[in-house]
Amino acid sequence: MFGLKKSFSVHKGFGLTLGITLFYLGLMLIIPLSTLFFKTFSLTWESFWATVTDERVMKAYQVSFGTAFLAAGVNLIFGTLIAWVLVRYQFFGKRILDALIDFPFALPTAVAGICLTTLFAGSGWVGHYLELAGIQVVFTQWGIVIALIFITLPFSVRSIQPVLEDLNPEVEEAAISLGANRWQLFSRIIVPELLPAAFAGFTLSFARALGEYGSVVFISGNLPFKTEIAPLLIVTKLEQYDYTGATSIAVVLLIFSFITLIILNSLQSLNRTWKSRN
Amino acid sequence: MSQHKTHKLNRPGEGKLTKFVLISVALVFLSVFLVLPLITVFYQAFKFGIQPYLGYLSDPMTISAIQITLISATTAVILNTIFGIAAAWLISKFEFPGKKIILTLIDLPLTISPVIIGIIFVFLVGVHGYWGEFFASRGIKIIFAVPGIVLATTFVTFSFVARELIPHMQGQGNEEEEAAILLGASGFKTFFLITLPKIKWSLLYGIILCNARACGEFGAVSVVSGHIRGLTNTLSLHIEILYNEYNIVAAFAVASILTVLALITLIVKKLMEYSESRDLEALEPAIAEVKA
Amino acid sequence: MSILIENLTKKFGTFTAVDQLSLTVNDGELLALLGPSGCGKTTLLRMIAGLENPDQGTIKFHENENQVTENRIGFVFQHYALFRHMTVFENVAFGLKVKPRSIRPSKEAIRSKVFDLLKMVQLDWAVNRLPSELSGGQRQRVALARALAIEPKVLLLDEPFGALDAKVRKELRRWLRHLHDELKITSVFVTHDQEEALEVSDRIVIMNQGKILQQGTPEEVYAHPANPFVFNFLGNVNLFHGRIENGEANQVGFVRPHDISIEVTPNGLDRFEAVVDRVFSIGNLTRVELKLTESGRFVDSEISKETFDKLQIKTGDKVFIKLNKIKVFQADQNQPEYSI
Repeated sequence: MFGLKKSFSVHKGFGLTLGITLFYLGLMLIIPLSTLFFKTFSLTWESFWATVTDERVMKAYQVSFGTAFLAAGVNLIFGTLIAWVLVRYQFFGKRILDALIDFPFALPTAVAGICLTTLFAGSGWVGHYLELAGIQVVFTQWGIVIALIFITLPFSVRSIQPVLEDLNPEVEEAAISLGANRWQLFSRIIVPELLPAAFAGFTLSFARALGEYGSVVFISGNLPFKTEIAPLLIVTKLEQYDYTGATSIAVVLLIFSFITLIILNSLQSLNRTWKSRN
Repeated sequence: MSQHKTHKLNRPGEGKLTKFVLISVALVFLSVFLVLPLITVFYQAFKFGIQPYLGYLSDPMTISAIQITLISATTAVILNTIFGIAAAWLISKFEFPGKKIILTLIDLPLTISPVIIGIIFVFLVGVHGYWGEFFASRGIKIIFAVPGIVLATTFVTFSFVARELIPHMQGQGNEEEEAAILLGASGFKTFFLITLPKIKWSLLYGIILCNARACGEFGAVSVVSGHIRGLTNTLSLHIEILYNEYNIVAAFAVASILTVLALITLIVKKLMEYSESRDLEALEPAIAEVKA
Repeated sequence: MSILIENLTKKFGTFTAVDQLSLTVNDGELLALLGPSGCGKTTLLRMIAGLENPDQGTIKFHENENQVTENRIGFVFQHYALFRHMTVFENVAFGLKVKPRSIRPSKEAIRSKVFDLLKMVQLDWAVNRLPSELSGGQRQRVALARALAIEPKVLLLDEPFGALDAKVRKELRRWLRHLHDELKITSVFVTHDQEEALEVSDRIVIMNQGKILQQGTPEEVYAHPANPFVFNFLGNVNLFHGRIENGEANQVGFVRPHDISIEVTPNGLDRFEAVVDRVFSIGNLTRVELKLTESGRFVDSEISKETFDKLQIKTGDKVFIKLNKIKVFQADQNQPEYSI
């Protein structure tokens, strides 16, 4: 069974499609990625360690991870709420809102960046009121969180929405007929069904937020030690021709990307086994 | 029916107050995060009226940015569509070891920071990169030039067509294709006459989404482009430059092009979902017949 | 065309779907593959069609005693697999239109052929409809017309009436039988419905766990079931355990409900005492559920309404039953009691 030996199929084009797929994956993905791999191994441990433990770099990681976590958390709550409202209720403008959920995914990040900055600046429509309440968003970490919430909103809503839609109404009706009250129904029947999807949405949002660059650089002000994120620091190092520094910072980010990808994959297969069990 | 209604009342979230509060919270949240930004783009773009707006769009720098964006987006879309169709066919029609690995690899570019993708290409084909010497000696400039932008854009939008097609083709099953083959159709005829009409909407959405993301790619392109005005500026980079020069209205005017593209993407997605639900409904009479 | 199947085996992982199976399908016959779900009948059909590859064994097609490699197979899928974006006309014409240019019929020839086929399946009024605008029975007939368009030498049907309601099913069954008598194409159809197999086919092959248990004409297999499984699968049955005649303990007697008659007073020694538990009539047939006094087990009897009226019995009455025909098998410890 080793080697690329496929099971019999009447469908044609195995060789052709496998060839195209592998060639393209190799050329466009494997070769570029292995470049980074080789580059990493050309680093010495000392220089790597010196770079990533540098105070400014540590602070940038802290900002990146902290804001990504916060944004993913906010979306976990509001994404679930929005998915719930979109699936369960009927109200004016629902279809348009449902379509708009994907807007951040389709909108270029640079456009998102200048939009949110303008909107949340002290002179902006929203920023004006926040300023009156004594909250400054633009050029603070709050600004980064706002940008990341915007960017990752579709991931959390679209992870949860299909699961809510697929919930079998008969199960809920059965629970009601057995005397469960609303809260028991929600906490014992609905929440357990939603958990894997909600967590998958959280992980995906976190991974995307961690690497986000375009929207953040406009709203954050990029102040070292305050609002400088890790991807920005990579660009800065690159502009200073500090390739070793750039690689070191990138490797740490990449490792976390892969970890989240592994978590996501296992969550998805967990979800599938749950489904097939039911 | 009346019994059903009482059940409905007992469902969680069906109380009037709960419903009102939840809908309100959702509406406020979505207004601040989605609707207001959308309005902002057009409000700012047309702040000085139509005439200046058209002026910003017909500026030579904008035109050149549009050209470069179109070159890179078109290349990315064509390559990724060919790959997407091939990969989706491979995944949905055949069983073979290593299928899972291919699926994971397809997802990979989505989880890598665009900035990292940018530096990967600098290392690979930049002047000091592994292949830099090779290309430089032949007079080919990739990094800080259009080819670099094309490469980075293609990599970033690698997954979009494949990711749209694979679940759709898997979900639709293979029976129609099997029927076509037994009726004597060749592989290509089966694809063009049977499979393609079935997947046309998800393919179109995948292409449009890939296109929108390719036109708007910022992080990776920013790293490999070198920001050379009129030479390596894409629309996204042009927006950044205008914005940093405090030419806000011009920045939003250019941004409005990309925003319209994003809105078209959303419309195509809705159309795809509509045609899918119609397909599902079309199967329902048969299901109802069995139940009757 | 006849089909020669020898030593066919197909495994899916550790599950053996078809196990060392040999079978001959004669030229022009209508053969039913009958068995419970998961018995391997659909896998066998898909292997004949070439949709699956056997792990071992061969399938050969013979035309007038000569083996042929090129064969045209018409396949009707359980859920029809109609091309949903094509009209009825385009669906039926597909097999003709995709022929290589050199042997492709002319546009007019295709048109008239499709119309002939649609007339035959009584759907010529629906040429421009989409499959979604047709009922299940109509879709089934389109699928059949589409399969027949390429003039197949072998017609394979996978649960052809499985997804239809009872009334349409009966109608289509009769219609398929007529169609086969007319066209005489070697046909194999898969079903889990014994009534369907008995009514439509020339020959029945009963399968379980990837193996053939018995084959023969409907009359043969119904009258002389080879083992308890077949007996059970072909209709309702009553089981009588224990000592029968020669006193061996491990024997089970199988009696069909219509082979049990009821008497108010015992007219012989081989009668069993029972109590009437429930009575219900469907048309001219009355079904009496009885509880045996000795063992406490339940048996069913089917008698005509006329006989029932003559007996004048009601729930709770003591009666005596006579087994008119009994088939005895050695009880198999591994096989649980069957229920359908």
